[in-house]
Amino acid sequence: METANVKCNDFLKELTDYLDGTANAAVRIELEEHLQWCHDCHVVMNTTKKTIEIYRDNQVYELPETLRNKLHQAIMTKCRHSKPGNKTSE
Amino acid sequence: METIQKKAGEDTSELALVQAAKKGDLEAFSQLVKRYDRNVFRIAQHITHNEEDAQDVVQEAFLKAYQNLEQFQGNSKFYTWLVRIAVNEALMKLRRRRTDRTVSIDEDVETDEGTMPREVADWSPNPEQLYGQAELGDILKKTIQGLPPGFRTVFVLRDVEGLSTEETAEMLELSIPAVKSRLLRARLQLRERLAKYFKSKKDGNGQREMQ
Repeated sequence: METANVKCNDFLKELTDYLDGTANAAVRIELEEHLQWCHDCHVVMNTTKKTIEIYRDNQVYELPETLRNKLHQAIMTKCRHSKPGNKTSE
Repeated sequence: METIQKKAGEDTSELALVQAAKKGDLEAFSQLVKRYDRNVFRIAQHITHNEEDAQDVVQEAFLKAYQNLEQFQGNSKFYTWLVRIAVNEALMKLRRRRTDRTVSIDEDVETDEGTMPREVADWSPNPEQLYGQAELGDILKKTIQGLPPGFRTVFVLRDVEGLSTEETAEMLELSIPAVKSRLLRARLQLRERLAKYFKSKKDGNGQREMQ
C-alpha cells in the first residue's frame, strides 16, 4: 500500500484489522486519510461496524431458562452413567 | 471445592473445577456446564439453525467433554477446548441434514463473490429502531443463515461471542489468515444483506460499483 494512494480495494483488505483496532499505526493513518475523501469506503466502514454491533447487542438465540434446566439435567444424568476418561457408558 | 472457588480468581477456579471433574466430581462439572451452556447453545444454533439439533449439540458436547477430560491438558482454556468439540458436533448435525453437499469449516471459500461492496447507501441513524424486537430478530437470523457455514461460524465466534482471532483459529483449527479472511467476507456479506432493511430512505438506492 502506497502512502496517500490507498485504493478502495486496499482499504477493504485492511478493514477487519482497522475495525478490530489491530492495524499498525502507519496503516491506520493511511486508511484514515482515505476515509476523509472516499464517501463509499466511509459508508462501508460505518455500516460494517454497525453490522457487528447489531449482532453483538441483539442476541438472537438465547437459551430459555426452562430449556436450560432440562438440558442441564439431561447432561448430568448422562455424565452420571459415564466416567471421565471412560467413553463406555453403563 | 467451594472454598477454592471463593478464594481463587476465575481462571484458577476453572482449572480447579476441571481438576475436580477429572477425578469424577460431578458437582464441579455441573458448574462448568452452567458457566458455558448458554454460549454453546448460541454457537450451536447459529451453525445448525435448528433448535432440536442445537439442544442435541449442547448435550453431546458436554458429555464428550466429560468423557474426554483426561485428554484436556490445560494448554488452552477449557472453554476453547469445549467449543472446538461443540463446533464439530454442530457441523456433523448440519452434514446429516444436508446430505447433498459437504459441510466443512474449511470448505473452499476462496471466491471474491460478495466481497466487493455494491450497496453504498448510508444507513438510518438508529437502524435497530426501525423494527420491533421480534422482527429485528427474524431479520438477523434470516440474514446470517444465508452465509456459508465456514463464514458464519467465524463471525459468531469472533463478533457475537467476542473471542480473539487466535482463540477462534485454535477452536476451528484454522490459520490466523484464514480466520481473518473468513471474518472479512462474513462481515461484508452480512452488511450487504442487512442494507436492504437498514438503509436510509433519503440516500436513494445507493447501488453502484466501488472503484
